[in-house]
Amino acid sequence: MDFMDNDKVLLLDKLLNTFGPSGNEEDVSKIIEKEIESHVDEIHRDAMGNLIAFKKGKGKKIMISAHMDEIGLIITHIDQNGFLRFSNIGGVSHSLSNGQRVQFKNGTIGFISNEHLDEKEDLKLEKLFIDIGVSNKEEAENKVSIGDVVSFYGPLVINNNRGFSKAMDNRISCFVLIEIIKRIKNNNNNIYFVFTVQEELGIRGAKTSAYRINPDLGIAVDVTKTGDTPKAQLMEVSLGNGPAIKILDASIICHPKVKELLISTAIEFNIPYQLEVLEKGGTDAGAIHLTRDGIPTGAVSIPTRYIHSPGEMVDFEDVKNAIQLLIKFLEKEIN
Amino acid sequence: MLLKKLTEAIGVSGGEHEVRSVIVKEITDKVDHMYIDKIGNIIAYKKGNKNPNKRVMLSAHMDEVGLIVVNIEDSGLIKFKSVGGIDPRVLLSKIVYIGENFISGVIGTKAIHLQEIEERKKALKIKDLYIDIGTSNKEETENLINIGDYIAFNSKYIEFGNNLIKAKALDDRVGCAILIEMLDKEYDFSLYTIFTVQEEVGLRGAKVAAFHVNPDIALVVEGTTCSDVPGTESHEYATRLGEGPAISIMDAASYSDKDIAKTLYQIGIDNNIPVQYKKTTFGGNDSGAIHLTKEGIRTGAISIPCRYIHSPSSVMNKNDYYNCIKIINLFLEKIEGEDFHGFHG
Repeated sequence: MDFMDNDKVLLLDKLLNTFGPSGNEEDVSKIIEKEIESHVDEIHRDAMGNLIAFKKGKGKKIMISAHMDEIGLIITHIDQNGFLRFSNIGGVSHSLSNGQRVQFKNGTIGFISNEHLDEKEDLKLEKLFIDIGVSNKEEAENKVSIGDVVSFYGPLVINNNRGFSKAMDNRISCFVLIEIIKRIKNNNNNIYFVFTVQEELGIRGAKTSAYRINPDLGIAVDVTKTGDTPKAQLMEVSLGNGPAIKILDASIICHPKVKELLISTAIEFNIPYQLEVLEKGGTDAGAIHLTRDGIPTGAVSIPTRYIHSPGEMVDFEDVKNAIQLLIKFLEKEIN
Repeated sequence: MLLKKLTEAIGVSGGEHEVRSVIVKEITDKVDHMYIDKIGNIIAYKKGNKNPNKRVMLSAHMDEVGLIVVNIEDSGLIKFKSVGGIDPRVLLSKIVYIGENFISGVIGTKAIHLQEIEERKKALKIKDLYIDIGTSNKEETENLINIGDYIAFNSKYIEFGNNLIKAKALDDRVGCAILIEMLDKEYDFSLYTIFTVQEEVGLRGAKVAAFHVNPDIALVVEGTTCSDVPGTESHEYATRLGEGPAISIMDAASYSDKDIAKTLYQIGIDNNIPVQYKKTTFGGNDSGAIHLTKEGIRTGAISIPCRYIHSPSSVMNKNDYYNCIKIINLFLEKIEGEDFHGFHG
């Protein structure tokens, strides 16, 4: 636990706890801004809500992004008895949601349960509801409105060198970027650190921020799934084996030069790494590389178990090594 | 009436020219400049009195869902595919217009007594249907119809019941009509109206029109689904007819700018104008393309609830139409005094 000292744990805990389902990233953005403002040259917030921080250097323009948003639910209906119906924000599984606690921006906590179903297969999001402990519509409307969103309730737990929480996807990468901003020296490049919005709704914030920045090179930092749990789907990434350098996912085939440079940097500085081939899912990199004339883009992922659940688990050794790898990469003179 | 003229004009996605002509004629005298871009969008604007560099854009799509000719059988009957999302179950026995010469046809299928028992239990698919234009062989049909001709519903504009209208293509001629009405007033900012093409096949026209205009604020005016009918649970209703225009919070293509959505809704509440939130999150409209343009554009959407949308007989309430105009008017007045960058939060 050398790496995760008290200050780091407090920062990560704050990032994870802060409310930020897609489209509602304001609070997360404010916390990050406060944390980094004294370490960067410029900060800008765009029309979509992306937070763009600039650190001036000598050479190329590099965009490194991490999305701030987390999955959640949006309230679509309040019935006479005060029960709430909802739709999903991002990839929310109905079976994982059922039986979970959820929290509103104003602190209200609710519990998800289901209508009586004859067959298990009938379970769909439309059959679930949230109970916030009220007895009628009026009482419910004093606490929440249609259009309000909720996130999972799942505070950070740290066991040994591993932590699990809701929203580890992708606050752990926001944490990585913040640490880089605080620690990077010898700046050979003009670096734009972008904390993006609405990744979980289809990689939206990265699209407009990349258009604005029009960088020479892009890097996305996000979580990726692992194959190291009992009878898991085949996936050659394990918790604790180092940050994953992405080869491809459904949104991008990473640019060979960016990928090679990440790998050679890891080898040069003796930083453990693994290679990631992710069949389903995408990241900000998918939007960045198709911007304007096309942008060479790669991605570094934090191996994470149980993605899109209230118990997303990472190994802090991987986090430490991801920060180290990205600092060394960004400090290089890139041609 | 404007809405009658607009809904009876034909404009299946990609073939919007008749609708475009109607609109161009209506707005020519109202705008300072009008431009038809390379894929057929109308981009028209009224220059702002005080802050012409501030741009507010209203958007409505001209196209409607329809069908397209894909094959002519030896019998002279026509096979077709859909353009945009159409439930094949609404098609049987409908009268359609085909091609530039508006050849009339009837959509038919095998008679019920000739269907196998298993066939009768299944909903008809488009491949089970054909169009009969009264010819007796392929050659006769080919003299009148070409592969690739558009097919549109033949459906008259009718007013009925308590303030209701039945017509085809209310999605989104109702938006086009509202935009035309919005051009009567002067504003401090420049008001752009875009009438877009090919929304129903993937938000295509709006993408390039928004790139051209690159506004500070965009508002999409739509006809949207209304499911307040038997067989639907009340928590599954998207909107309710007659209860005011529906403000979008989120759908599959965009998360509305929260300030715009909240302001529109609050205008309704504060002024005693019926207003509702759209309560389902599936589907999408031109907002999806507009808000992701260039560096990102603050975008909202307001819609007229339409029952039986994407069918020859969609139904809307006139009060929703007038209330929508009221809310947009008040919205434009409200943002007139705002510093647009301060509008957010």
